[in-house]
Amino acid sequence: MVIIMGEETKDIIMSTIRRDVMKGTLQSGVRFDGRAFDEYRKIEIQKSVIKTAEGSAVANIGNTKVLAAVKFDIMTPFPDRPGLGVFITNAEHLPTASSSFEPGPPREESIEMARVVDRAIRSAECIDLESFFIEKDKVLGLFIDLYVLDHTGNYTDTANIAATAALLDTKMPKLEDGAIIRGEYTGPLKVSSLPISTTMVKVDDYWLVDPSRDEELIQETVLTIGTTEKHVCSMQKGRGAVTKDELLNGIDIAFKSGNDIRKVLKG
Amino acid sequence: MGEKVQLIIDGKRTDGRTPDEMRDIRIEAGILKEADGSSYIEWGGNKIICGVYGPRECIPRHGASPYHAIVKCRYMMSPFASLEEHGRSGPSRRSVELSKVIRETFENLILVEKFPNTQIDLFIDVLQANGGTRTASITAATVALVNAGIPMKDMVSAVAVGKADDTLVLDLNKAEDNQGQSDMPLAISHKDKKLLLVQMDGLLTKEEIAKMVDMADKGCEQLHEMQSAGLKGVYEQEGKKLEW
Repeated sequence: MVIIMGEETKDIIMSTIRRDVMKGTLQSGVRFDGRAFDEYRKIEIQKSVIKTAEGSAVANIGNTKVLAAVKFDIMTPFPDRPGLGVFITNAEHLPTASSSFEPGPPREESIEMARVVDRAIRSAECIDLESFFIEKDKVLGLFIDLYVLDHTGNYTDTANIAATAALLDTKMPKLEDGAIIRGEYTGPLKVSSLPISTTMVKVDDYWLVDPSRDEELIQETVLTIGTTEKHVCSMQKGRGAVTKDELLNGIDIAFKSGNDIRKVLKG
Repeated sequence: MGEKVQLIIDGKRTDGRTPDEMRDIRIEAGILKEADGSSYIEWGGNKIICGVYGPRECIPRHGASPYHAIVKCRYMMSPFASLEEHGRSGPSRRSVELSKVIRETFENLILVEKFPNTQIDLFIDVLQANGGTRTASITAATVALVNAGIPMKDMVSAVAVGKADDTLVLDLNKAEDNQGQSDMPLAISHKDKKLLLVQMDGLLTKEEIAKMVDMADKGCEQLHEMQSAGLKGVYEQEGKKLEW
């Protein structure tokens, strides 16, 4: 019996027959939707979709769709980082996107997703936060807002791709007397590496990359590993358990699919 | 990552430890009268109290499952827990995420099928923090769950491994957590060596991660001894007072 716990209890209940058929197809080496175990659904990225933001992108993995928008504001730096700009990531799981999302204050899945994407981008050190310093007690703050618009599985990776694509699309705002002149820009934001996360789930003894919604509902373990070109930059295990070997194997998988997605991002 | 601070000098860390040395740790079980199970951990400058209630009626009732108990976890940091400014009370984004990953750690261990229609509450209150509170919380929570008599497949211990000044270090202190290059908190089950909590930030290679898992494993072995000793302590000294 697959035990669905906690917040997810309210989620869709999958029929035993459907679950057994899905597990059965795995034994023959393919997934329910015909993909190989390490195969992503089709990834599509569209940039500059929101003209009121300094940068934006919509990423699709299959039918999962996440919008990321970048906005700048003038902020006071954090007391322990007086010389550094501020970088904040927020996530909204819109009730439009899935019957399992409800309106209201952010729930743990939104908070976790925002923090996982934030951690990958922050750890990758792909944005030079020192360059956001304006004067004493005044820095630029970069906000990434992630809107999950349509959820058919794996919103975390979709959000990460959208966020990184939005950063690549971001134009630096023009500053005058320590204020932002809206609508005028000085050039593109420098992005020195491309952090990309790869989410994989374990069903029976199989590790499946880029889980569909059906696969998420029967997953025993979920693992998200963020990579840059050379390094692992973030990890987050959700439900379930992994062995050391599974973790190290997961890192290889994450580099492989991360590099493929980086090619798509570079266009 | 902000101001450059030297974290390793002549092979010693800011608090005088060697790279693979843990801080001083003290674990006690059964320190609260009212809770079904409880524990207290002092780990470096961390002071954390854990209380377990349940299995008890699931509230709200529609959240219950006829197949298993629902595990609920609430990790909270007190507003006075850090040396810096007065924090905000109530849940923060950080505490919501940590509550989730701690809950997911224990969902692997608790035999929830034995208690349908119930919930098991795990309350963790960080009273004083000095880096590594999530791992200390998991280590202490295991003791509280065992103390409550909740049946579990295994016990779990947790410790963070990180990288500071290009050296891999076990059990990060606050300075290493804030100024270091990388932080990887891990929880490892005692018998089958499964990783039940895996998080990481910073930049690492696969080889470094492999080494760090082994370092954490050694740390968890030591922690398991201390957890067991803490549990035995309940029966050795009935009704003793908590010493802060």
